[in-house]
Amino acid sequence: MYVAVKGGETAIDNAHRWLADLRRGDRELAPLQTEQVSEQLTLATSRVMAEGAIYDRELAALAIKQARGDLIEAIFLLRAYRTTLPRFGTSLPIDTGAMACVRRISATFKDVPGGQVLGPTFDYTHRLLDFALAADGEVPAALKAEQQNQATTPPSQKPRISDFLDEEGLLQPEPRGSETPPDLTREPVAFPAGRALRLQALTRSDEGFLLGLAYSTQRGYARNHPFVGELRIGLVAVEMAIPELGFSIEIAEIEVSECETVNQFQGSKTQPAQFTRGYGLVFGQAERKAISMALCDRALRWEELGEDNLGAPAQDEEFVIMHGDNIQATGFVEHIKLPHYVDFQSEAELVRRLRRMHADNQDHQQTQGDDS
Amino acid sequence: MKQASDSSARQEWMSVLAKAQPDRLLALWQATSRGEEQRLTWLRAPEIGTVMVQGRAGGTGEAFNLGEVSVTRCSVQIDAWVGHAYVQGRDKNKARLAALCDALLQAEPETASRINTGIIAPLQAEAAKRRAQTAAKADATKVEFYTLVRGEE
Repeated sequence: MYVAVKGGETAIDNAHRWLADLRRGDRELAPLQTEQVSEQLTLATSRVMAEGAIYDRELAALAIKQARGDLIEAIFLLRAYRTTLPRFGTSLPIDTGAMACVRRISATFKDVPGGQVLGPTFDYTHRLLDFALAADGEVPAALKAEQQNQATTPPSQKPRISDFLDEEGLLQPEPRGSETPPDLTREPVAFPAGRALRLQALTRSDEGFLLGLAYSTQRGYARNHPFVGELRIGLVAVEMAIPELGFSIEIAEIEVSECETVNQFQGSKTQPAQFTRGYGLVFGQAERKAISMALCDRALRWEELGEDNLGAPAQDEEFVIMHGDNIQATGFVEHIKLPHYVDFQSEAELVRRLRRMHADNQDHQQTQGDDS
Repeated sequence: MKQASDSSARQEWMSVLAKAQPDRLLALWQATSRGEEQRLTWLRAPEIGTVMVQGRAGGTGEAFNLGEVSVTRCSVQIDAWVGHAYVQGRDKNKARLAALCDALLQAEPETASRINTGIIAPLQAEAAKRRAQTAAKADATKVEFYTLVRGEE
């Protein structure tokens, strides 16, 4: 148990002052601008928005600067700030099919309509440190393809790959559920949680935790034989019905990463074989997280798909949801460093007493041994 | 108070204003307005909040809550015209300018067309250009597969 203690105010003030001083670092160097964080550490900014569960690049960049680059601390700052804001409403579900893609790849179809678009990827880099970056070298601008005259559809809009499989009936259709999904920021999570709540929890879960769980499914803890049917990153519009007006408008444009996996097929004597699906959708450019989320989503659907519970952690929704939130996790794990003096003193007293009893017993046995 | 005649046109301009860069909107407003802000009456002062963004499982299936986005809203009145704004981000001045534009775009044709030509059209054109440039960069990374034909003759 944590027991409140008093005192230490001056020490705490001085510690925070030192923290601020170290955050600024060497005064010979220019101070870091938050725009530099959002522009040049874009993927860190993406991660903080996704796990902070609020899309706002400027806030995420400020949080990263304030947290000295500790992303979980930055996520904590964003979550705390979010709770101070009123909520105006809920958007219509975003249409990722209408995404203006910067990246769109499929591991299942080579010649997919719309093409395989690599986008700004780390894939196929040699993972060799580029010392030119340390020397502040300027880089050439990205190359642009010749503009084609496509007046009707924006050229970056790509057909959804799962639609092709759908047409053939090869892929299980996505069931439509409630149009007012549960919201874990408003109601405590209860189990069984259901897929909508799981997806909300997964998209804000810790990337490392999801990555590890996703990996476990590939290594045999709840196998689900995934193919990446489609991975796409790009901008989508966020549309909301405005109560004062009686119609909806686009209130924002956000970047998201989406992964659809095509998994282990199912079939029976009565039902022809069909592939199953997993789904990942994450704020910002976050494809590792989107793939991991899709694998975890698929593993957690075991019951709905009539599969066996193999007792794998990735199949246990209580385990995944309750341990994936890095703010809850860090709060509980780290709180044990705070003063537990009273707790510990009572335990220490008990151990001392037990040791005294043990020593007394030993003495007693010794005396008896001497006697015989 | 008068109603905008065509809600689809209004949807379009409000959407353009919502996604505008604050600096750019300010610059265009300064170049286009004729002191209309002097006649502004606040119906609802700018307020920063969030909107919960939803997605769908598999892109097409059951809806779920993805996370929030920061949004600023306000409502203004100029003469007989009421303007509303719901804009992305936490910039209160951006919300104010968006609401002013919304009000004036419903006003008499001369004013509406000045705001449309001076602010909405350039914002639309710039957004389209940004989209096209990004699409061209994406297109340059499109993988071209070649089928290797074996010489049989």
